[in-house]
Amino acid sequence: MSSDVAIARILAQERARRQQLVRRTLRNPLSLAGLIIIGLLLVIAVIAPVVAPSNPLQTNIARRLEAPSGDYPFGTDQLGRDVFSRILYGARISLRIAILTGMIATVIGAPLGIVSGYFRGRVDDLLMRLTDMFMAFPRLILAMAIAAALRPTLENVIIAISLAAWPAYARLARSVTLALREENFVEAARALGASSLRVLGRHIFPGVISPVVIQVSLDMGGIILTAAGLGFIGFGAQPPTPEWGVMIAEGRNYITSQWWLSTFPGIAIALVVLGFNLLGDGIRDVLDPRLRGGR
Amino acid sequence: MWAYLVRRLLLALVAISGVLVIVFFLSHIIPGDPIAAILGPQAPDYVIEDLRHRWGLDRPIPEQFVRFVGRLVRGDLGTSIATKRPVISDLRQFFPATIELATTAIILGALAGLAVGIISAVAHGSWLDHTVRFLSLIGLSMPVFWLGFILLLVFYYRLGVLPGPGQLDIFIARPPSVTGMILLDSLLARDFVALRNALGHLVLPALVLGSHALVGIARITRASMLEVLGQDYIKVARAKGLAERTVILRHALKNALLPIITVIGIYYGGLLEGAVLTETVFAWPGLGRYATSAILSQDFAAIMGVTILIALIFSLANLVVDLAYGFLNPKIRYE
Repeated sequence: MSSDVAIARILAQERARRQQLVRRTLRNPLSLAGLIIIGLLLVIAVIAPVVAPSNPLQTNIARRLEAPSGDYPFGTDQLGRDVFSRILYGARISLRIAILTGMIATVIGAPLGIVSGYFRGRVDDLLMRLTDMFMAFPRLILAMAIAAALRPTLENVIIAISLAAWPAYARLARSVTLALREENFVEAARALGASSLRVLGRHIFPGVISPVVIQVSLDMGGIILTAAGLGFIGFGAQPPTPEWGVMIAEGRNYITSQWWLSTFPGIAIALVVLGFNLLGDGIRDVLDPRLRGGR
Repeated sequence: MWAYLVRRLLLALVAISGVLVIVFFLSHIIPGDPIAAILGPQAPDYVIEDLRHRWGLDRPIPEQFVRFVGRLVRGDLGTSIATKRPVISDLRQFFPATIELATTAIILGALAGLAVGIISAVAHGSWLDHTVRFLSLIGLSMPVFWLGFILLLVFYYRLGVLPGPGQLDIFIARPPSVTGMILLDSLLARDFVALRNALGHLVLPALVLGSHALVGIARITRASMLEVLGQDYIKVARAKGLAERTVILRHALKNALLPIITVIGIYYGGLLEGAVLTETVFAWPGLGRYATSAILSQDFAAIMGVTILIALIFSLANLVVDLAYGFLNPKIRYE
């Protein structure tokens, strides 16, 4: 079918564009640094059980609140648990929150945005008013209320942040769809008698998904910060989970004498979020040349 | 313009009524019984029943919602189960502290952000520009609550140059409350001891809360200035022999200001989010802390009141930003 050839050509162009994006992002030292940090996070998350010196939940009252030393590189907490091991395991939790939240928010947001932009009319009005409602709250407040309503657990934090985050992706998917549905190849497919479902899945979806995924990856740092904030005020993961926000909250009573309890998890969060922000900044630079330094 | 204004207001109204529905149902599916939470496990059944009846919690949920909206229209947000006071007077008490904190934060953030943004635009491509950019990314990556702790630890506990958490030292009398904002109240009462003390208490939380806004404002200022500095009329101004200072501040900044003002407005609305965490760290008696404790104690009326207020302010800030955009840029036409 000739429309398939056209699609193949467009997909090839799309692929070439994407490869160029990757190349230009990698050439920027800042985004490369970001990528390295994220890579390190991935590696640590995977091998945490192998490299962690001790069980992150193992308490040892005899050696509580010990300062960083050869035995315990980041010291021990109020129950004698190894802070270093807890930080390593915490990487798994942060990564899981970031990836699952990004995925759930995309799975909810992208299809709704596509349907909204493609069919327009009453469906569009309804869905956009729905996103207005969700976006009338600051994200953390909404996530707080949802997490509390569902009971504060790690899984519910993921659900809560996803529910607070999807409208932005629905909006983005909608605007991309609005542009795509006017394209010749979409019109051609329609003229050839393709069903709506086929047009959406075959022609619109591939064009929508990459800007949405890029936006999600730009937001990863923010998602991790929100999750840590929820953990910190008690609406997120619960002790004894080695979640970094929870660890900072647990260490707050000891901050003046045992500084290592709150300091190391804070540095861990900042470093990971910095990784995502560096990468995001690099991607944004490539996508929006106006922001680039030299002109 | 007027048609747009009306349409925009209607849309805001629709969003706010949606907020009411979301908030009401969220707060009613919170597990656990708030009555049991207050009275404790030993309370006899008839006391629990009586209280449930008095709060209207024994009615079907749709009926509770209708009653809730009816009271809301009359300005009655119900009674907080935890503080046993009308929610509206709770909000009236906690709101000024948050406004004071957020306003100071946005002023600090906007001034510093503008300065940093202009400097890095003028010096763009230099090591200064790159350093500033890297530092601002680091600032953006730090959790605000953690930054708050570290600053408290250094400036209050170790160095002792700034006061600790709270709005005033405990041995300083609070000036009579007129506006509810300590700075204004102490000015009105000409109580300069309280004023100085309150200012000291405000510095750290405002810096922490304003830090993300600072970075955002600096970035948009840099981008916007760079765009304007490339225009022909800037070259003309330079060719006329005007001082570089005049070119940058008078000719460039003025034209670069529109997107910057928009971003400042957006960040001001967004500060409410940061306020939840900042107020927790600095024991600041504002809306953020009220919201947190309301959710923790399953206080339906308080949760609804505070989230509605926050959503209102947030929508209002966005509305003002949208409208300001129209007034400031005649090129934008509203359909």
